[in-house]
Amino acid sequence: MVNITNLHKKFGPLVVLNGLNLKTPESGIIAVLGPNGSGKTTLIKSILGMVVPQNGEIEVNGERVKKHWNYRKNIDYLPQIANFPGNLKVQELIDMIKDLRDKEARDQELIDLFKLEPFLQKKLSNLSGGSKQKVNLVLCFMFDSPLIILDEPTSGLDPVSLIRLRKLIQREKEKGKTILITSHIMNFVEEISDRIVFLLEGQIYFNGTVEELKTSTGEKDFEHAIANILTENHA
Amino acid sequence: MLRSFFLFLFLTLTSVVSQAQEIEVCKTCEVKTIQAAVDMAEDGDILRIKSETYKEHDISIIDKSLTIIGEGFPVIDAEMQGTAISIRAENFSIEGLKIINVGRSHTNDFTGILVSNSKNFEVKNNRLDQVFFGILLERSSEGTVSGNIITSNAKSQSTSGNGVHIWKSEEITVKNNEVIGLRDGIYLEFVNNSEIINNLCKDNLRYGLHFMFSDHDLYKGNIFENNGAGVAVMYSKFIDMQENQFRKNWGSASYGLLLKEINDSELRNNIFEDNTIAISADNTNRIDYIENDFRNNGYAIRIRGAVYDNNFKRNNFLYNSFDVAYTGRLNNNKFSNNYWSGYSGYDLNRDGIGDVPFRPVTLFSYLVNKTPEAIVLLRSTFIDLLDFSEKVSPIFTPADLIDAQPQMKKIQW
Amino acid sequence: MLKILKYSFYDLSRSLWSYVYFFFYLLLGVVLLFLNNDLSNAVITLMNVIIILVPLIGTIFGVMYFYNSREFTELLLAQPVRRSSIFFGQYLGVAISLSASLILGLGLPFIIYGLFQSGAIWDFASLLVSGVFLTFIFTALAFNIALSHENKIKGFGLAILLWLFLAVVYDGLFLLSLVYFQDYPLDKFSLVASMLNPIDLSRILILLKLDISALLGYTGAVFKQFFGTGLGAFTSIAVLSLWVILPVWRIKYISAKKDF
Repeated sequence: MVNITNLHKKFGPLVVLNGLNLKTPESGIIAVLGPNGSGKTTLIKSILGMVVPQNGEIEVNGERVKKHWNYRKNIDYLPQIANFPGNLKVQELIDMIKDLRDKEARDQELIDLFKLEPFLQKKLSNLSGGSKQKVNLVLCFMFDSPLIILDEPTSGLDPVSLIRLRKLIQREKEKGKTILITSHIMNFVEEISDRIVFLLEGQIYFNGTVEELKTSTGEKDFEHAIANILTENHA
Repeated sequence: MLRSFFLFLFLTLTSVVSQAQEIEVCKTCEVKTIQAAVDMAEDGDILRIKSETYKEHDISIIDKSLTIIGEGFPVIDAEMQGTAISIRAENFSIEGLKIINVGRSHTNDFTGILVSNSKNFEVKNNRLDQVFFGILLERSSEGTVSGNIITSNAKSQSTSGNGVHIWKSEEITVKNNEVIGLRDGIYLEFVNNSEIINNLCKDNLRYGLHFMFSDHDLYKGNIFENNGAGVAVMYSKFIDMQENQFRKNWGSASYGLLLKEINDSELRNNIFEDNTIAISADNTNRIDYIENDFRNNGYAIRIRGAVYDNNFKRNNFLYNSFDVAYTGRLNNNKFSNNYWSGYSGYDLNRDGIGDVPFRPVTLFSYLVNKTPEAIVLLRSTFIDLLDFSEKVSPIFTPADLIDAQPQMKKIQW
Repeated sequence: MLKILKYSFYDLSRSLWSYVYFFFYLLLGVVLLFLNNDLSNAVITLMNVIIILVPLIGTIFGVMYFYNSREFTELLLAQPVRRSSIFFGQYLGVAISLSASLILGLGLPFIIYGLFQSGAIWDFASLLVSGVFLTFIFTALAFNIALSHENKIKGFGLAILLWLFLAVVYDGLFLLSLVYFQDYPLDKFSLVASMLNPIDLSRILILLKLDISALLGYTGAVFKQFFGTGLGAFTSIAVLSLWVILPVWRIKYISAKKDF
C-alpha cells in the first residue's frame, strides 16, 4: 500500500528522518510508535505530501507522492491537533470537505455514531477539545478510502467514544483497508494493532507484530517491551 | 443775430438730411457691388447691403463717413485674395457683415476689416471666418470694436494672424467680441487709454490677449480659455485687470497670465482655473493682487527675478499643486489675509484669522526649482512628510515669506 | 482552485475586518464628497489615501489572513487538492475581497453623488484601477513574506518594513539621488525609478489624469513623450501586472517547497 524507500528529512540542522524504509501490507492496522521527536508525524506528513522530503521516494498504491496530489483521494487523514477555521460551523465544515472531495460520504452515520447532532450548528471555536476530535473523526472516516492515517486518534475522547472509535477502526480493518496509527495509549495500540513499526533516530528500529516485539525484547508486557527498547538505546 | 443763427442751423440740418441718402446693394439692385456703392456714396450716406454673397476684396473706403449695414449677414468672400475692406476715414460704422476667406501672406497683413488713421468709428456685430487678421486698427483713436465673432483655424504661428490687432492707437474700446482659433486673440501694441471688456478669447494658438508697450488700459470681464497662453502683459504700466477668467491654459510652459516688466498695476476679482501656471511674474513692481481666485493650477504664482513691492491680499488659493514658487529674495513683496486651502492651522480666538502664519512656499517647490525632475515625486508621502517638517522648522525656504494673517474661511468677494 | 477561492471568500465575508475596511471606504467617500463638495478635489485626497492605505491594508490583511488561516490551510493540504491551488485560492480570496471593499466602498458614494454625469469619472476610474492593482500587488507580497516566515511577529514586522520602504523610504532615496546627481541628465533615471516602485507608478498614473501631466513638461521631453502616449500607459500597466505576476509566481515556488 505504502512503499517508502530511503526517506531523508531535515528541518534545518535537525535530522528527523534518516534513510527510512518502510513497506506496509495491503491491509491491516499498523501502529507507528517512537519516542517524542522520533519523526512519526513527519513520516505521516511526508506520505500526505505536507512535508517535502529532501531525499527518498514514497509511493502510495504504486503512485509517486512527490509533486502529485490526486493520490490523496484514496487517503483519509486524521490530523494530530484538530485545528479548524474557528468561524465555521460544524455542518459547514463537513459540507465544505464533502464539496472539496466530491465523493460519496457517510457523514450522517458518523454524526449519529459520535452523537454530534446537537453541535452541528455551533461554531468550531466554541467546541470543547473532545467534540473537536469527534468532528475530526467524522471528517476523516466519512469517505471510505482504502488508506487511513490516524495521528493520535484517541486524544481528548471520553471512554464511551473511545470504545466506539475502537469498533469503528476494527470495522474499517475488516473491509480490507490499511490503517496507519500513531498513539501514546499503549493498551489501545496493543489491542488493535496487527503490526508495530518503531521509529528511532529517523529510522525504523523495529517492524513486526506485537508478539514478535515481546519475544525480541523478552518482556511479557507490551508497555514494558516498548520501555525496554527506549532504555536500551538510551543507555 | 439770433435769427441768422437759426437760419444757419436750419440750412445745415436740411443740407445733412438732403445729402444723407441710402444706397442699397444687391444682385438685382442698381448697385451690384459694395465697391461701386462706396465709390458713389458721399459723406453721411447709409449703405444697406442685402443678404447675398459678394465676391469682392480690397474694398477701399477713403475719407468718407459712411454707415455700412449688412442685412441678414451678407457674405463678402475675399477668395483668399487679400484684405476684404480697408478704411481710412472719420465718423463711420460697419455692422452686420460676414467676411470670409481673407488671404494669407507672409509679407502683407491681410485683414477682414482694416482701419487705419481713423477716428470716431464703430465696427460692430460682424462675423469673420477663415481670416488671416480679423480686425486691424492702426494709428486710430476713439473707436469701438464690439460684438464681432472672429473665427479661423490657425495651425502655425507663421501662417496665422491675430483676431483683433491694434497698433499705435488711443481710446479704443474692444467689447463683447468672440475670437476663436486665431494666433493671438486680441493684440495691443502702443495702445493707451483703452478698454478691453467682456470678450471671449478661446483656442487661440499663442495668447488670448497680448499686450505690449501699452499704458493706462483696462481689461475687464474677459474670458481667456484654452489658448497657448492666456494673457501676456509686457512692458506696460498702469494696467487695470478686473473680473477676467483665465482658464485651461494647460500645457508645458503654459500660463494664464504672464507679467513681464509691468509697473503700477492692479489685478482684482480675476479667476484663474486649471492653468499650468496661473501667474508668472518677472520684473514687476508695485502690483496689487486683490481678491482673485486661484483654483486647481499647477503653480498659482510663480515669481521669477526682480519683483518688488507686489502685494497679495485677500486672494483665495484653492487646491493648486504649488501655491507660490519663488526665486530670489523676498524684496518687500507681501502676502496677507489670503485664504489657503492647504492651511492646517487653528484659530483659537475665533477672529477668522489663523493663529499660525502660513508658508506658501513649500520645500518641494524649492526642490523642483533646483531639480525639475523631482516633480515626479509630486504628492508622494515622502514629499508630504518633507513639506510638513519644513513647515515646522523652515531651513531652505525664505523664512520671512509668510502670510501672517491666513484666513480660516474662503474669502467671498 | 475555484472551490478554495469560494471558501476563502466565504470565510472573509464573515470576517469583521472586511466590513471595517468596506465601511471605512464608504465613510471616506461620503465625507469627502459631501463635505468637500468638489469631485476633483475629492479625487486628489482619495489618491493620497489610496497610495498609502491600500498597500498598507493589503500587506497587513494578507499577512494576517495567511497566519490566521493556518488551520484551514493544513486541513486543505491533506485533501486531494493541488498545493498551488490552495494558496492561489486564498490569495485571490483576500485580494478580490479587499478590491471589492475598495470599489464598492468608494464607488457607492460616488455613484450616489452623480459620478456618471461628471467629467471626473476617468480620474475616478484610474484611481480605482490603481487601487485594485496595489491591492493585488501588496497582498501577493504579504503572502510571500508570510510563506517564508513561520514566526508571526517577524512576518508582520517585515511586511510593515516592506510597506514603509516602498511607500516612503524609496521616494526619499529617489529624491536624494536626484538632488545629488542634479548636474547630470536625470529624466531617464527618474522615469525608470518611478516605474520600478508600484506605489510611485500608481501615483503617477493617477496624477497624469490630474495635475502632473502639464507640470511634467518642465522635466523635458522624455517624460511627456513617455507618459503622454499609449506606449506609456501600456508600459505602466505592464509593469504593474509584472508586480502582480512575479510575487504570485513566487508564492507557487515557495509553497511547493514548504513543510507544514
